Amino acid sequence: MPPAIQLINVTTSYENNVVFTRLSLQIESGQFVGIVGPTGCGKTTLLKTILGAQTVFCGRVLLNGQPVEQVRNKKIGYIPQLESVDWSFPVTVEDVIMMGLYPGRRLLPWQSKAERARVEDLAAKLGIYNCLRQHIAHTSGGQRQRAFLARALINNPKLLVLDEPTSGVDIKTQHEVLHLLGDISNQGMTIILTTHDLNAVASHLPRVICFNNGIVAEGRPRDIFTNDILTKTYGSDIIIIKHGDYHLIANSTPLKFNHTM
Amino acid sequence: MQLFLEPLYYEFFRHGLIAAVLVGALCGLVGVHVVLRGMSYVGHGLSHAAFGGAVVGFVLNFNFYIGAGVMGLFAALMINQLTKNRKIKSDAAIGIVTTAIFALGVAIISQQRNLNKSLEAALFGNILGITDNDLMIIGLVTAATIIIIFFSYRPLLFATFDQEAAQVFGIRTGALQLLFSLLLTLSVIVAMNIVGVTMIAAALIMPAMTARMLTDRFSMMQLFSVAIGVMIGAGGMFLSYFFNVSSGATIVLFGAMIFCFAVLIRHIREKIALQANFHRHGNLIHSHPLDSKLHNHDHAENTKKIDTH
Ligand SMILES: Nc1ncnc2c1ncn2[C@@H]1O[C@H](COP(=O)(O)OP(=O)(O)OP(=O)(O)O)[C@@H](O)[C@H]1O
Ligand SMILES: [Mg+2]
Repeated sequence: MPPAIQLINVTTSYENNVVFTRLSLQIESGQFVGIVGPTGCGKTTLLKTILGAQTVFCGRVLLNGQPVEQVRNKKIGYIPQLESVDWSFPVTVEDVIMMGLYPGRRLLPWQSKAERARVEDLAAKLGIYNCLRQHIAHTSGGQRQRAFLARALINNPKLLVLDEPTSGVDIKTQHEVLHLLGDISNQGMTIILTTHDLNAVASHLPRVICFNNGIVAEGRPRDIFTNDILTKTYGSDIIIIKHGDYHLIANSTPLKFNHTM
Repeated sequence: MQLFLEPLYYEFFRHGLIAAVLVGALCGLVGVHVVLRGMSYVGHGLSHAAFGGAVVGFVLNFNFYIGAGVMGLFAALMINQLTKNRKIKSDAAIGIVTTAIFALGVAIISQQRNLNKSLEAALFGNILGITDNDLMIIGLVTAATIIIIFFSYRPLLFATFDQEAAQVFGIRTGALQLLFSLLLTLSVIVAMNIVGVTMIAAALIMPAMTARMLTDRFSMMQLFSVAIGVMIGAGGMFLSYFFNVSSGATIVLFGAMIFCFAVLIRHIREKIALQANFHRHGNLIHSHPLDSKLHNHDHAENTKKIDTH
């Protein structure tokens, strides 16, 4: 069976800004992978490359062994980085979830009974049933994350690509989303996500890629979350505090303020 | 009542009214996507290019629609190419290209010194000149646009909301964008005789923005926008007759008035909802009127384990 995702020697850039060169990466079907790295290091660009939404200058991107630009029915669920969403757009949570079904065959604008049932069912599972009719701007960060997760899941994708699905929510919600993704992963879906949270998110994932305009290291978090690799990834001194089985990652130079309380 | 029936005895007014209603519906329909895609400047530019084309066509003895159509579509394709990647930066390019074509038209007119009636109408909008032929073309374009937008409602909505995600989900956003540009061009060209080149952007934006004030749902916004477009068109025509002011200007002024009215309604509704919440809960929890329904539900959320099938 070909790998779910395969990048071979891929180079991509914006107008005058090369994001990564000759990147090769392979993700097997069913894997759950996290990508971490400093801001602006190209995580979103990497995801877009995988999704075929980014111009590639050389190299090949294959999904299940097929060049991404040739895959018609991609069966991909995608959550964009929510900073890119226009929150004033006149749609409700339900409308957003429904969009996941819009690439389908139905031509009529309104929902069919079956579609409605599907949306309500999934919303209930994700705990957003009560805000289905709410305008997206009037929902909380956690509800938004779940609404977009529902949109990504509603068409039963084979591959789930999530750009910072746990940013801007509290620890409990973060945990719930992570568990949810874990359950989905156990059912065989391939999942890739990016995150800035090394402690609460990345260190719980089975496989992590440390990224900074290229792959610095990849493997199990316990193997690759070392002073050396993280310092190289983030370009600032990082220490790892070990407490039993837990690893806590922290910046090694704490802030100092001159004033006293 | 008699007063309102009076203008209907005139054929030119009946023609104008039908045209204004159709164009109002058309602008309302297309305008929603224009507003949400931030393309009002594109509409503005297209109308100027189409006008330039119409003048060139006039000099070469073509039909008005052929000149405007050819140049409009050319400009649309060009703008489409320019806006493909970056939306904002292309503004300047659009401005230069379309205004240059417009300037060409103006230059030709100033040379010829016999500004044709239909060109004057195209510039400022005029109901007097609407012929059966015009009505037929307006009707065709309106019908075609309604059918196309109806059947591409779903992909179009997704692409307008989030182009990139829509593409990833398998929607052919490039083709849709092109299709929409073409519809916009046709709409602008047929609207030109009613509201005039100079005011088309307003005609496109007003119904949609007014509808946006009244609802938070896209589907409702789309319906309201068409209804408001029809209302503005018809209302504007009657006002234009009674006050003897040019139809384009009256329609735009009337539309602006309705928009202000909608803003006021929204404001009042928010105030009322806030007050109601205040009475019910003793403090301010939600500030939006559309949320008020939700207070009946209990807020407890139960997160169950997911299963995707
Ligand atoms: N549309 C764009 N046009 C030009 N340059 C861009 C564009 N998007 C991103 N870049 C640049 O490409 C680089 C990588 O951006 P990218 O969005 O992939 O970073 P990221 O790792 O996702 O950052 P963050 O953690 O902040 O989301 C950055 O230097 C950014 O400035
Ligand atoms: Mg990013």
